[in-house]
Amino acid sequence: MRLLLVVAWLAGAPALADDALDARLKSLETQLRCLVCQNETLAESAAPLADDLRKEVRELAVAGKSDDDIRAYLVARYGDFVLYKPPMKPVTWLLWFGPFLLLFGGLVAWLAVLRRRTRLVVNERATTPITGPADQEALAQARALLDE
Amino acid sequence: MLKTLRWSLPLALFLVLLAFLFVGLFRDPREVPSPLVDKPAPAFSLAKLHRPAERLSNADMRGQVWLLNVWASWCVSCRVEHPLLVALAKAGVVPVIGLAYKDKPEDGLAWLASNGDPYRMSIVDRDGRVGIDFGVYGVPETFVIDKAGIIRYKQIGPLTADALDKTILPLVRELQRS
Repeated sequence: MRLLLVVAWLAGAPALADDALDARLKSLETQLRCLVCQNETLAESAAPLADDLRKEVRELAVAGKSDDDIRAYLVARYGDFVLYKPPMKPVTWLLWFGPFLLLFGGLVAWLAVLRRRTRLVVNERATTPITGPADQEALAQARALLDE
Repeated sequence: MLKTLRWSLPLALFLVLLAFLFVGLFRDPREVPSPLVDKPAPAFSLAKLHRPAERLSNADMRGQVWLLNVWASWCVSCRVEHPLLVALAKAGVVPVIGLAYKDKPEDGLAWLASNGDPYRMSIVDRDGRVGIDFGVYGVPETFVIDKAGIIRYKQIGPLTADALDKTILPLVRELQRS
């Protein structure tokens, strides 16, 4: 019985390891860009180069390299462009923070416009006080309507 | 002051955007700048196409400025740049080594026989391993490598007369002098 288990384990272990490796490679390859079909990931591209790179990535993984090692290996050859998620560094700061900068700018402009508008309305009210007899009459009428 | 800002600031922003878009019109998104420029050429040792028993490695090219031209018999745009390479070989300004990329040696030999062989020699990268080390992703590609074995320039896609005359050959001459 125990022997049987050992045999089963021996037979099953490589398959399990393979599944784990496949899953790991799959997730890694979806984060990498195919240089030939630039809007496809390495995982889905049918280009011959993508085939070669997948093979290369698998060999590196089997040789015990970490995901970061493999990414570094590809970046050294093809540049940051192979990464779908650009790294954070001074040249990419504008890329990462630009949208927030724009949002902030828009917010500031919007607040400025709002503030000026309220000031205008307030000014208008202040400069046209309800004092004239015609206005008083209209006011009385309005009150009467409201009271009904 | 604030009044001027009200129209000049949006205009300035618009002009900046326009400038970015305009520059973008003339850039080729397929040309990815190589991180290998100004770095030592990756180590290689490959069999020669014409004499498979012999190998060529980086060390053999030390001390001279040379071009590495990545080509293949299956590569269509290699035919476009080929006459320029043949002319360059005739002028004898700089040795050109051919890297037969993912090509059967017999196909490569036949291709050279019918189109002319401009290469000092060609080496065979059958499985594309060395190509990957050089960051090759679109054949043809041409590297300018200096006397110390450092990559100085990379041309992605076919060579053009313009690229040769304005960029590559002046760079080669400058590197040969130093």
